[in-house]
Amino acid sequence: MAELTYRQAVARGIAQEMERDPSVVALGEDIAAAGGVFKTTEGLLAKFGPERVRDTPISEQAIIGAAMGAAMTGLRPVAELMFSDFFGVAWDMVANQIAKTRYMTDGQVSLPLVIRTANGGGLRFGAQHSQSIENWAMAIPGLKVVAPSTPHDMVGLMASAIRDPDPVIVCEHKSLFADKADVDDGEIVVPLGQARVVREGTDATVVALAAMVPRALAAAERLAENGGPSLEVIDLRTLVPLDMTTVLESVRKTSRLFTVEENPRLCGWGAEVVSIVAEEAIYSLDGPLVRITTPHVPLAANPVLEDAQMPSADRIVDVVTTTMEATG
Amino acid sequence: MPTEQPLTDAGAAAPDVPAPEVQAAPDTELRLRMYRTMLECRLFEQRTHELFLAGLVRGTTHLGIGQEAVAAGFAAAMRPDDWTFCTYRGHNHTLARGTPMTPVLLELVGKQGALMGTKGGSMHLTSVEHGVMGSYAIVGAHLPIAVGAAWSAQYRKTDQVAVCFFGDGTTNIGSFHEALNMAVVWKAPVVFVCENNQYMEYTPIRSVTAVDRPAADRASAYGLEDLVVDGNDVEAVYAMARRTIARARAGEGPSLVEAVTYRHGGHSRADPGTYRPEEEVKAWLSRDPIPAQRARLLKAGVAEEDLARVEAEVKAAVADAEKAAREAPDPDPAVATTHLWADGGAEWRS
Repeated sequence: MAELTYRQAVARGIAQEMERDPSVVALGEDIAAAGGVFKTTEGLLAKFGPERVRDTPISEQAIIGAAMGAAMTGLRPVAELMFSDFFGVAWDMVANQIAKTRYMTDGQVSLPLVIRTANGGGLRFGAQHSQSIENWAMAIPGLKVVAPSTPHDMVGLMASAIRDPDPVIVCEHKSLFADKADVDDGEIVVPLGQARVVREGTDATVVALAAMVPRALAAAERLAENGGPSLEVIDLRTLVPLDMTTVLESVRKTSRLFTVEENPRLCGWGAEVVSIVAEEAIYSLDGPLVRITTPHVPLAANPVLEDAQMPSADRIVDVVTTTMEATG
Repeated sequence: MPTEQPLTDAGAAAPDVPAPEVQAAPDTELRLRMYRTMLECRLFEQRTHELFLAGLVRGTTHLGIGQEAVAAGFAAAMRPDDWTFCTYRGHNHTLARGTPMTPVLLELVGKQGALMGTKGGSMHLTSVEHGVMGSYAIVGAHLPIAVGAAWSAQYRKTDQVAVCFFGDGTTNIGSFHEALNMAVVWKAPVVFVCENNQYMEYTPIRSVTAVDRPAADRASAYGLEDLVVDGNDVEAVYAMARRTIARARAGEGPSLVEAVTYRHGGHSRADPGTYRPEEEVKAWLSRDPIPAQRARLLKAGVAEEDLARVEAEVKAAVADAEKAAREAPDPDPAVATTHLWADGGAEWRS
């Protein structure tokens, strides 16, 4: 057991897999000599050498394209897009090439690759360095999507993403990089597609992802302290494959559902979760299905504005309280 | 531009690098094989076009009629485990690597037994078994992908080379430049081959490009030699292929080749290509690579009946493929949701 930051967990997860499998290689801007702009790849170059840990030019199409070419010819590349906003530059590679090639070739081409990226807001970087892009990826058939919320899950989900035979997008949340937690020694593998109940409760289910998980937990604790409703908090962990079994089981128990999404309002993952619950568990519900999201605007640079935009523990408490009082 | 380059010189033009898997100067057998390959491409595509006009080939097609020498010359110089990356105008490259005609035509008509289960269609022909690592329909995408494959060969020390074909229009898209830069920095074993067929879809390439030679004039920006070859001379192409592939295999890095050629037809589907001056079309038709190679083989002493036999065999192969295409049943609709994932399915819930 050792205390690990979320950023260190990224490097530990990659190193764990590079040690066990020589076909795992890493590439990206500033990831080798500099150890990553977020220090998420520190130590990898020293441990595995420049053949396996490669600095690239600022060429996002080439980074993701090269990862694809390497994956289809026997390697397991782990490519970094420094900020998830840069998916915009490489979207052809991601959405048209990587996601579709196995399908279009009727299974001839395998693409065991990982694209890892610093995702999400809260660091006052402004609209082009703060987005949450997990919904973009989730909307494209052929991509798996992971967004860990703890150092332990980062190690274990990174490992599963690298071992997976299909392309996986790993969203590393920027505002969680400094978070610390005790993490077991030895190999850690967390399977894709398993949500985790992080707090048990009886009155309502709150489904969250990445940086919204600690906020949902804080809201649940605050409500509990004040004699409010008892919230069950689920960390979705993976968007594709989507673990609706855990969510539906919880909703059937609590009869209520709230989703907490950092994404702008339209077409967020919460809408998919809500629609499935409406389809498959509507007779278990005692109240409306409520999505708590960022408004449908880009994130602002100013702290006052950004804090007002992203769902906070306060907002979660308010929405849950108001909804449950109105429909109690 | 070399047109009737003597074969001995063509062989001698290759750098002093051993490549025992590929013959140095093409002997009669190899020269005849390249002729056969070009003919296979030509007759297959002509029949494809007829089947398109008849409504059997659906969607779209982009024919490479007139450009067969580039595919045949390079394929002849490649090792079976080398990789081809090509574009939506990729029928020729797919066939030239040895992919059988029948599954390709079944893919184009969308029937059972197709190369890719009928999911890809004309623009995405892929046959990993034959080293055809994909036909890419978004201009420029496959250049970085070829660099990644080359990196894989380099890291795994397999001596494989990636050959990446693209059109003149690709030289104006960003990924062309990103890929060239990265390939040079990484000394990746990749050969980039620009098939300059003079037209970016419907527009003359010279009218939208800052330089006269769309690929060759960009080479110096990446520290590469400006290599130009007559893309209508299969033996000149072969010599250039040998030279650049040998360089890549020897670990000396990438090359950028501009093969000057001409698309006999339009851009796609039923486009007659009438935006091209009549004189220009006429001049290029007179430089058709296939009759040129036939004449050269005759001059070199190959018997007329040997050529006629090759021609009859290729015609028969196309007829067989067409027969299969006309007789094969439609695909099972259940195939539509297979092979999204490695487990063979398309499930998104765990």
